[in-house]
Amino acid sequence: MATRLADRAGLLAWLFLLPSVLYIVALVAVPFALAIAFALSDVSAGDPSYDYVGGRNFERVFDDPVFWRSLGNTFVFTGISMVLIVVLGKVLANILVADFRGKWLVRFLVLLPWTTPVALSSISWLWLLDSIYSPIDWVLRFFGFLGPGENLYWLGQPGLAMTSVIAVHVWRLTPLAAVIMMAGLVAIPRDIEEQAMVDGAGYWRRMFEIKIPLVLPVAAVAALFGAVFTFTDMAVVRVLTRGGPNDATQVLASWAFYRGIEGGDVGQGAAIALFLFPLLLAAAIAILRVVRRIEVW
Amino acid sequence: MAVVEVRELVKHYDGGRVHAIDGVDLSAGDGEYLVLLGPSGCGKTTLLRTLAGLEVPTSGDVLIGGRVVTRLPPRARKIAMVFQSYALYPHKTVFANIIFPLRAQGVPPEERHRKVRWAAELLDIGPLLGRKPRQLSGGERQRVALARALVREPQVFLLDEPLSNLDAKLRASARDELKRFQAEIGTTTIYVTHDQVEAMGLGDRIVVLAAGKVRQVGPPVEVYDDPADTFVATFIGSPPMNLVTREGRLVGFRPEHLLPVEDVRSPDRVSVPLAVDRIEYLSGDRHVYGVASRIGEETRVVARLPATVDTPIAAGETHDFAVDARRLRFFDAETGLRAEPVRLEG
Ligand SMILES: Nc1ncnc2c1ncn2[C@@H]1O[C@H](COP(=O)(O)OP(=O)(O)OP(=O)(O)O)[C@@H](O)[C@H]1O
Ligand SMILES: [Mg+2]
Repeated sequence: MATRLADRAGLLAWLFLLPSVLYIVALVAVPFALAIAFALSDVSAGDPSYDYVGGRNFERVFDDPVFWRSLGNTFVFTGISMVLIVVLGKVLANILVADFRGKWLVRFLVLLPWTTPVALSSISWLWLLDSIYSPIDWVLRFFGFLGPGENLYWLGQPGLAMTSVIAVHVWRLTPLAAVIMMAGLVAIPRDIEEQAMVDGAGYWRRMFEIKIPLVLPVAAVAALFGAVFTFTDMAVVRVLTRGGPNDATQVLASWAFYRGIEGGDVGQGAAIALFLFPLLLAAAIAILRVVRRIEVW
Repeated sequence: MAVVEVRELVKHYDGGRVHAIDGVDLSAGDGEYLVLLGPSGCGKTTLLRTLAGLEVPTSGDVLIGGRVVTRLPPRARKIAMVFQSYALYPHKTVFANIIFPLRAQGVPPEERHRKVRWAAELLDIGPLLGRKPRQLSGGERQRVALARALVREPQVFLLDEPLSNLDAKLRASARDELKRFQAEIGTTTIYVTHDQVEAMGLGDRIVVLAAGKVRQVGPPVEVYDDPADTFVATFIGSPPMNLVTREGRLVGFRPEHLLPVEDVRSPDRVSVPLAVDRIEYLSGDRHVYGVASRIGEETRVVARLPATVDTPIAAGETHDFAVDARRLRFFDAETGLRAEPVRLEG
């Protein structure tokens, strides 16, 4: 009897993998190779001819204090954002799974930031954080925290600018984190929770000894994904501060962009971007390890 | 004294459309092994969950140790429950699973460890203490779940079909183990099952439930020999009790009491000619299927002949069977309830 195509598992596997292989080669491998090639060259917007220059771009990047500042900012931005996103995401997830009157309205509101187009929400945020007309300042003034005519200049002062950037980023990603953790919470068998109730555990003990450990693998994957996303993200920085004031909110991704694309120094931009690679690789490996742990349970 | 008592308990779901429990009164005495038996969906789990405090009844009261606990949360009830799935905490070791309720209750550390060791020894799971639940067999999981229930020294054990996940062989040995274990501990136990063999084997008393109502409560022998209605009569026993219509009543007799006429020694016997159509051999017994006449309207019945009866019987012939008149039970044909016995001559 003739073997049909459907019987040839090996061939089929390759056939099904082909689109993703093509996709990865075209959109990951090629740009990656290009980035390496550019990082080792003096290609710029003004002079697109390729000349090999070895590690000179890296030397110049490492000598640049803005690079180190951006690197530090990136860690601060990512670290603080992730802690807040995970904690708030967990709290929101608990609200999402809770059963109470008006839960539909609350769920809608929780998911709103995620569903709002960035272009729209960024305008609101620019207004909220405006140097003179910030409604946050009005409120503070109303309660007497600010004197009349005083302004905080949210995006104009280094500390406040970073706070604003982090706040908006957290606002943007928390709904996603909440939904992922809600999936984790919902996946906990009802028996297990009820058993803990019968065993005499109160709300906090159930939370910290049963629910959190059981959603931990899911939360860890979500957090690592979020970290990778945050680490390479420049959308909020670009919309709110463009890295300012005085590079106080410059992150690696935005710095690479300003250097390489806006500044036209493609070689240096590529070198900065490549610097992200080992860090992201480490994060990716961590994700895979956590996923393996889940399977072992 | 009643350790657990429920009074006029009612539990409706979906705004009254589902009557899961429909007015149940029950009590379990100190050290008693009470089995809730009934077909799927009759409200056994709901009743148990209401006792545990996981469901708030629509009306009626739950009393534990003489105290009304209807509105109290599970942790205030001093009960231990073993779920059908065993519900072991998957991320905790066996040791951490067993000690969890003690930590939740704030038992001092030395005492906790002493109790865990005691329970582990009693249930023979000492070597498993370091494992995670996924590394255990079904029987081992059950013992861990029991150990976790046991360490709390509860007033009541609530067990919801704890054996239904085990294979037939393990089930028999686990049933035996459970019975010995409860006899040793002496804690009041309420045990839910839909398996009548388990119920007959384990229970001091059996509560037969159907559609959220109690049909009969009594020791296994009584429930088997003196069923309160046709539901109990046909739900318990395998094959179930034969029912034959006669003059507005149902005459019931167990298959093992329908024997060839020469094997019924009692002078007070009712003869039943049986047109045999099929014979089955099941673990030494002969199950004889056929149509019975004379005792009532012609009805298909079963006779169960023990191995000690070697009267030759063949399919296709009509053989004279008989039932000892004292073994006959009468039910009202309309309501299905037990009715006054009548003399049948024959
Ligand atoms: N949360 C619920 N919402 C609505 N109906 C429910 C709910 N829980 C149980 N019921 C209904 O109540 C009835 C009794 O359910 P219960 O789980 O107590 O049955 P059971 O006797 O334990 O059955 P089984 O032997 O199959 O476990 C069923 O008809 C069931 O559909
Ligand atoms: Mg059930």
